[in-house]
Amino acid sequence: MHPAPSIIAFSTFSGLGLGLLFWLGIDQTPPTGWVAFAFFAIGYILAVGGLISSTFHLGRPERAIKAFTQWQTSWLSREAWAAVAALLAMGLYAFLLVFFDTHVPILGQIGAFFCLVTVYTTSMIYGQLKTVPRWNTGLTPALFLSLSIAGGALLSGRVLIALVLLLVAGAIQGVWWRTGDTRFKKSGTDMKTATGLGSIGEVSAFEPPHTGTNYLLNEMVYTVGRRHANKLRVIALALMLVVPVVLLLLPYPHIFGVLALISHIAGVLVSRWLFFAEAEHVVGLYYGMR
Amino acid sequence: MTQLPEKTERKMGLVIDLDTCVGCHACVISCKGWNTENYGAPLSDQDPYGADPSGTFLNRIHSYEVQPENGPAQLIHFPKSCLHCEDAPCVTVCPTGASYKRVEDGIVLVNEKDCIGCGLCAWACPYGARELDQAEGVMKKCTLCVDRIYNENLPEEDRVPACVRTCPSNARHFGDLGDPDSDVSQLVAERGGIDLMPEQGTKPVNKYLPPRPKDRLNEEIDILAPLLAPVAEEPKGFLGWLDKTLEKL
Repeated sequence: MHPAPSIIAFSTFSGLGLGLLFWLGIDQTPPTGWVAFAFFAIGYILAVGGLISSTFHLGRPERAIKAFTQWQTSWLSREAWAAVAALLAMGLYAFLLVFFDTHVPILGQIGAFFCLVTVYTTSMIYGQLKTVPRWNTGLTPALFLSLSIAGGALLSGRVLIALVLLLVAGAIQGVWWRTGDTRFKKSGTDMKTATGLGSIGEVSAFEPPHTGTNYLLNEMVYTVGRRHANKLRVIALALMLVVPVVLLLLPYPHIFGVLALISHIAGVLVSRWLFFAEAEHVVGLYYGMR
Repeated sequence: MTQLPEKTERKMGLVIDLDTCVGCHACVISCKGWNTENYGAPLSDQDPYGADPSGTFLNRIHSYEVQPENGPAQLIHFPKSCLHCEDAPCVTVCPTGASYKRVEDGIVLVNEKDCIGCGLCAWACPYGARELDQAEGVMKKCTLCVDRIYNENLPEEDRVPACVRTCPSNARHFGDLGDPDSDVSQLVAERGGIDLMPEQGTKPVNKYLPPRPKDRLNEEIDILAPLLAPVAEEPKGFLGWLDKTLEKL
């Protein structure tokens, strides 16, 4: 799948921002006043910035409001609703904390709940697709959720929780990669079922429909960079897991915390790039490609 | 809108005969010709006369080589367009309700005024039947020529999809696949029509007729074979000498 920068940025930064808002929402003793303002501002800039960047890949962004209508069937529509619910609830929660020094736990909890729901709906946009076997697993929501709350814990300065959650997210990422490598084969879709010609013999693509490329190939049969996938996996895991964990174990976690956070974000960006670049869509089979 | 109908009154669709398709791409051209100037936004091309041309097509022809265990390889031309699936995954993922499946005839359509061009439906389709038009920013797909098949301004013989009307080898058939007595349903039953990627669970309406088994050369019944035995003999004279000499070298 084509790794569109807008989508990678969106899912990484909104995941991180919503993770931060989640932790602020369930905090028993949340910050107030200007400290709260700073925390919530960061959370909102990341979450809203990510959501706005996701509209850049639309062909017709001016109609984006219509995406709220089909929540009954569409995960993308549900994501839109969950994001609005999360941002509204957390916005009110933050407003009361920042300007009135008032802590309304239930509001924060509702907001935190919708933050997680938003990340879950984002992950299900990918996880629901049978056409992309690598994504089509319950591990995809687990991966997105664990990265979101681990990043949020790191960003909100919860050192111990961040350490544990980073290890959990890293483990899920490892399993996701490992099982993902065989999932296309296990899906049972191959050139034989794609063409229905398997009963005659071995099928191979002889001639594509056109000499040039097309939307389908650009969007869904993106093969550039896959040969470096293994190296990039090591880089991603080192940046998002190993370096932050080591930095957090050093003394003065608040100084090294910033470096840990930057490293973690860079690692998640690499991982998210791989999430798309490595994903093979079954339509590639019609072109004899993966 | 994006909830699929429980049941459609009819299941209009195509039956594509892989045995008779000659891979001429005439259906591709007639499809593009009709659909670029009728229903919805035109089918744009990018850099059409340049070094890297591409464009939106609703119908494309692949060609496959199939190698049986015994015998020569076969070349099979393979037209592919929207299969108007009963469980169309492209419809349910649509966030705006632009994609829908019609109750009256099962045709899957895009209301382009509602399409935000997110591309999720194209991701959800296993067949590559949807293409985002790069000029218009909206999703384009086969409409089964919905503006031809019911069009009373056209002569009756033209009230079929453009691809079906134009096919010179009669490899494309159009009709109601929900009616077991229809010509297309009978054709499918007779020829053992198949679904593409049945394991994807999309329940495609369009069916493909597999190529008929190829004739095999059977020497036993060839009564003329003895008379046609090769008559070539060992060369004599100068050529014979040359042959032997060259052999020895």
